[in-house]
Amino acid sequence: MARRLRTDLGSTVSAGAKLFIAAPYLWLLGFFLVPFLIVLKISLSETAIAQPPYVPVLDLAAGFRGIRDFVAGLSFANYITIAGDDLYVFSYLKSLKVAAVSTALLLLCGVPLAYAMARAPRRAQPLLVMLVVLPFWTSFLIRVYAWINILQRDGLLNQALIWLGLVDQPATWLATDTAVYIGLVYSYLPFMVLPLYASFEKLDESLLEAAADLGCPRWKTFFVITLPLALRGLGAGALLCFVPIVGEFVVPDLLGGSDATMIGQTLWTEFFANKDWPVASAVAVVLVVLLIAPIAVYQHLQTSEIEGRQ
Amino acid sequence: MRRGFAPRPDPTAEPLVRFENVSRRFGDVAAVDRLSLDIYRDEFFALLGPSGCGKTTLLRLLAGFERPDEGRIMLGGSDIVATPPHRRPVNMMFQSYALFPHLTVAGNIAFGLRQDGIAKAAIAARVDEMLALVKLEGLGHRRPDQLSGGQRQRVALARSLAKRPQVLLLDEPMAALDRKLREQTQFELMDLQARLGLTFVIVTHDQGEAMTVAHRIAVMDRGRIVQAASPAEIYEQPRSRWVAEFVGDVNLIDGLVLETGGREAVIGDKSGRRYRVAADVAGAAKGAQVCIALRPEKVRIQAGPAPHDAPNAMRGQVCDIGYLGGVSIYKVRLDDGAVLKVAVANVARTSGQAFSTHDEVWLSWPPDVAVVLTG
Repeated sequence: MARRLRTDLGSTVSAGAKLFIAAPYLWLLGFFLVPFLIVLKISLSETAIAQPPYVPVLDLAAGFRGIRDFVAGLSFANYITIAGDDLYVFSYLKSLKVAAVSTALLLLCGVPLAYAMARAPRRAQPLLVMLVVLPFWTSFLIRVYAWINILQRDGLLNQALIWLGLVDQPATWLATDTAVYIGLVYSYLPFMVLPLYASFEKLDESLLEAAADLGCPRWKTFFVITLPLALRGLGAGALLCFVPIVGEFVVPDLLGGSDATMIGQTLWTEFFANKDWPVASAVAVVLVVLLIAPIAVYQHLQTSEIEGRQ
Repeated sequence: MRRGFAPRPDPTAEPLVRFENVSRRFGDVAAVDRLSLDIYRDEFFALLGPSGCGKTTLLRLLAGFERPDEGRIMLGGSDIVATPPHRRPVNMMFQSYALFPHLTVAGNIAFGLRQDGIAKAAIAARVDEMLALVKLEGLGHRRPDQLSGGQRQRVALARSLAKRPQVLLLDEPMAALDRKLREQTQFELMDLQARLGLTFVIVTHDQGEAMTVAHRIAVMDRGRIVQAASPAEIYEQPRSRWVAEFVGDVNLIDGLVLETGGREAVIGDKSGRRYRVAADVAGAAKGAQVCIALRPEKVRIQAGPAPHDAPNAMRGQVCDIGYLGGVSIYKVRLDDGAVLKVAVANVARTSGQAFSTHDEVWLSWPPDVAVVLTG
């Protein structure tokens, strides 16, 4: 009796444990892999004036013949279109360039900010973290609209510059790349600052003292000790900014010009204006593939670092 | 090579390090309180005290991580209070070792040398020399987290010695080691200090460690130095009741000076017992309230009545025995209820304990083994 009870209990626990381990995988399967496969399938289809607006559609009722027709109907034509059209290539390159420059700017702003936060008195630090997170309490869209207000011709920025005597004519900010960079750096700063702060904050104070003790001046200690030890936070912050900025739509659409659009805008146009789901899907798949590369490199670096330590 | 009874440093010599009336306060608490101290060249100097006594703050003042609120700190004759830590010719071995985790062992040892802009080849040679010194040859390419605790400790030591500092500061350097390794390291440290001819200042709360390694010990309490002397002097001639109790085991007997003069003084306790103590240790005047400090190993214990002429003879009963292997500690209750500790070396292997509990015993001690304390 006692033995059976124990076995029952054991199998219950292990089933629960299995479910617990499976949960994140089920989540990824249901909310990442399945949608991605659907998009991948649409990208291999052709547009059609139909519901849904593409062919082929899998007809399971037709049995094996249905599956065969379905597979025969798929083609890489949309990818060939994308590769052959400068519009898409430029859009991708523009997105990568904007993301790279923004990430560099974010590092320049984020590193000193995060470092100052980590070196602030212990009691002040929760407040500083809250101030960084505070903008999240307002809708992202509203904050970008606020920037339109600030950057427009008679906006706050021009008023301030004229009042300070730095310019005598209002400058054009809106609908320029500068406006896009301002908007992106503003929007993504918390994603850069928080992982960096976490890295700087756990830095062992005695390492800085040891460096000073061995004759290293303060400014140099930052570059030879602090920054190398915060490399992981640096990588996390850079990736957290770079990846979403490549696909960013709202900021370039509201603050940027219409001459050279980023890939997010191109995708939006294909999907909503041209109603070309297959091409839009192909654009999205290429974007995912482009972004998997930096993520994989980052993961590889982290794993090799962990292995190196063992 | 030993020196437990090394001569006092030459008082006419110029001290290498001099604290002059130095204070360092944290809020209302004075971690270091108007403290003055001289440390001489080539000395192995220990700062000993309970936690919170200010010994680590004193070390950090010397390294430059703390600035004194008042007073001067002299190194080789010049005031270094305004000198930032990275310009002081002092190096510190941290209690946590503070090894740079992203650098190899060799990188850690070379770190200080690189700051001085020394040629690459010279640095490499020096790193090899330091690795050999701490017996870590061949481990230069490892990362600190690939080392054992003992090896990390050696890397920290090598790193702090690489620049040949005028003073090496050691902050509880052996706190993280197990006992066997600690003892071994203590002797290696002494050997190293003698060989390199450097001035070492060690902070420790372990009196055994301080007694073993140091030429001189400063016993600290609440930000002040209560006694600075050789280990033997600290043990045999403690200057105050606090020092006597802090360093080693001691029996303290309160009493009044009844007679002085001649070669011995007589001190009476509250039960009317009279003790004879050598006059040269009784610095107090007749009628003064004093305290006799008597180390347990200096008391004689025997089964039969003490000889008629045995000094300071007392009868008692064994009430507790602590067997420590090499020695046994007997707690003996005297007729008036006072308890005295007696340490006896277990010389013979087979005899077992010389006494058992409830045995009636006689204690005695010669007049010249006790110290009379007025403070």
